[in-house]
Amino acid sequence: MRVVLAEDLHLLREGLVALLRAHGFEVVAAVESGPELLAALVGERPDVAVVDVRLPPTFTDEGLQAALAARRQVPGLPVLVLSQHVEQLYARELLADGSGGVGYLLKDRVFNGEQFVDAVRRVAAGGTAMDPEVIARLLASNARNEPLGRLTPREREVLELMAEGRSNAAIGQRLFLSDSAVGKHTASIFTKLGLAPSDDDNRRVLAVLAFLNSK
Amino acid sequence: MAAARPTLTALARSTALAGLALLSLAAGLVMLTAVLLTFLVGLVIVFPSAVRLARAVTRRQRVLAARWSGISIDDPYRPAPPPPVPQADGWYRDGRTLYRKPTIPAFNKRWNWMTKDPATWRDLAFLLSAPVAGGFVVAAPLLAVAYGVAWAAGGDPATGVVWILLAVIATPWYAPWAVRLHGQVAAALLGPTEKARLAQRVTRLDAARTEAVDSQAAELRRIERDLHDGAQARLVAIGMTIGAAEQLLESDPQAARALLGKAREASATALQEIRRLVRGIHPPVLAERGLGDAVRALALDSPLRVHVTVDLPERASAPLESAAYFAVSELLANAARHGDATEVWVDLSAQGPALRVTVTDDGHGGADPERGTGLRGIERRLGAFEGVLAVNSPVGGPTTAVIELPRAFRQRPAPSSPWRVLGGLCWVLWPIALFPQGLVAMVFKLVGSPVKSWFLALHVPGPFQWPVIVGMIALGGGLLAVALATTVRTRETEGGGCV
Repeated sequence: MRVVLAEDLHLLREGLVALLRAHGFEVVAAVESGPELLAALVGERPDVAVVDVRLPPTFTDEGLQAALAARRQVPGLPVLVLSQHVEQLYARELLADGSGGVGYLLKDRVFNGEQFVDAVRRVAAGGTAMDPEVIARLLASNARNEPLGRLTPREREVLELMAEGRSNAAIGQRLFLSDSAVGKHTASIFTKLGLAPSDDDNRRVLAVLAFLNSK
Repeated sequence: MAAARPTLTALARSTALAGLALLSLAAGLVMLTAVLLTFLVGLVIVFPSAVRLARAVTRRQRVLAARWSGISIDDPYRPAPPPPVPQADGWYRDGRTLYRKPTIPAFNKRWNWMTKDPATWRDLAFLLSAPVAGGFVVAAPLLAVAYGVAWAAGGDPATGVVWILLAVIATPWYAPWAVRLHGQVAAALLGPTEKARLAQRVTRLDAARTEAVDSQAAELRRIERDLHDGAQARLVAIGMTIGAAEQLLESDPQAARALLGKAREASATALQEIRRLVRGIHPPVLAERGLGDAVRALALDSPLRVHVTVDLPERASAPLESAAYFAVSELLANAARHGDATEVWVDLSAQGPALRVTVTDDGHGGADPERGTGLRGIERRLGAFEGVLAVNSPVGGPTTAVIELPRAFRQRPAPSSPWRVLGGLCWVLWPIALFPQGLVAMVFKLVGSPVKSWFLALHVPGPFQWPVIVGMIALGGGLLAVALATTVRTRETEGGGCV
């Protein structure tokens, strides 16, 4: 699997390259600034990109902007964005085109190599990987709003894990439910959020988007 | 009739202003007499009453300027002295003298307050010059009519009718303009001087700076304490844990692994703490995206339904953005905590060079800036930028808070250069028109002097001599008025938020 990596801190960049290589990824470009990143994304067309939000030359949201620009040119280009802080605002911008293949994680999640690589793989496969922190803040800020208010507590738990990007099997394991029970919950969530039956992956992305846009 | 109404209003107002100008002259003469009595004869007792009379008349002028010309003029006077306080033994000390009763010390204080305030003497100057500076301008239509009537009575009805017609035709556009101009002249002469304004501003800024420095120091102390007790302590623990793991690596790899896992968890906690701290110092989203998106991010994190509209031409300076951000953050928190609100509207917009933030909620209101420490904190933070917070929160809601930060954005270049040239020209020309061509020519005409010199009025044919003289006096007054008005206007556009 071919990866483009953008991170301006030398140590962290080397660490990530080593981590990804150790898990069988091919790092085709490891860049350290916004313009380089955009060129690499459009030129290399990687299977997945791992991008730091804050990059030179402006040290603002250079990385995020480059990732969004690349996704406008190459729709659905899988991008996993890393940041020292998470904002619902950025999560929405990443998910706004509804085509999936988006991840948004705190940098600390790199500490747990296995989980991080798992997230990279999910994003590359067109799924989502939202940081639990984004979801926690989202839940704190709109506990009583429609249409989330119609979900049962159990369904909310399932949706949270779905937003983090977990598969039905993983959700079942986490919540001690059978696969079929999780399937029933997800179907109910899709109905309540008004998502028409289509291919399951896409509906999962749309459900997360509805979740984020529920304000 | 409806169309004539503004004209009639303006005419009535200019008549009233002309009357007030005469009254001002009378008050000025009274005060001049009082001043002469005071300083030549020593009759000090009349002075405070005269000053009080003068202030009453000028106050009326200010009120009318605000009401009729829409120009608010601040009082230029220094604050009145506090009443004398007796010493412990019940006597009143004034300098090196002791008094049994407070009357004389109080009088002395009042005397100093009045005589040493330049505004007192500017009032006198205004009162004496009121008929010329502004009085003529507003009275011009009436004078023209009176002049016409005089001609008609003098046996030349044709000339009289021409003058009256001229006045009637010119009044619809002239009268409103004259009222406005009169307001600007009053603003120039009766408002605080630049010096007084600057003195007030320095006092205010001085207080704001002290508060800003204090709160900054407190903030730094808080950050130091947080780092010291939080992240720093955790890093020490992480270092020790890793050291222990290093020693166990050979002998007990299993235990070493457990320790390393602990170290990793501790580092995650440390990061979390630092992240929270950074958010309180300068939120990353503010640094990355600017005020508009930072407020949108705040809105998303708020438990309320927050609607944000942003219309800003550019990014303001970082400290100012930060002050505005924390103010909005505090107001949103207040709305959620005290106001019982469910919806909030936040509007960020530029008013010229100023940044205005309006936060309105549908809560039950009753917020009092005097009591809330949060609101006091916002004011302190804004004070460093000469910003102000106004809260309107009637019981029952809704609550509206408006923040205004002057000079947040670059100023557009002053569009006033033709105005400045015009003002300069008027400053040069008004004395020429008023004194030699107007008043001096009038004296020559009255005494019937054969010398004509360069006085235009004396060279024109007989029937036109008086109109030219009166016209020159009016022109002089008008030029003076325009000169004062343009000076005030250029000062306002250049001085920005100098209020």
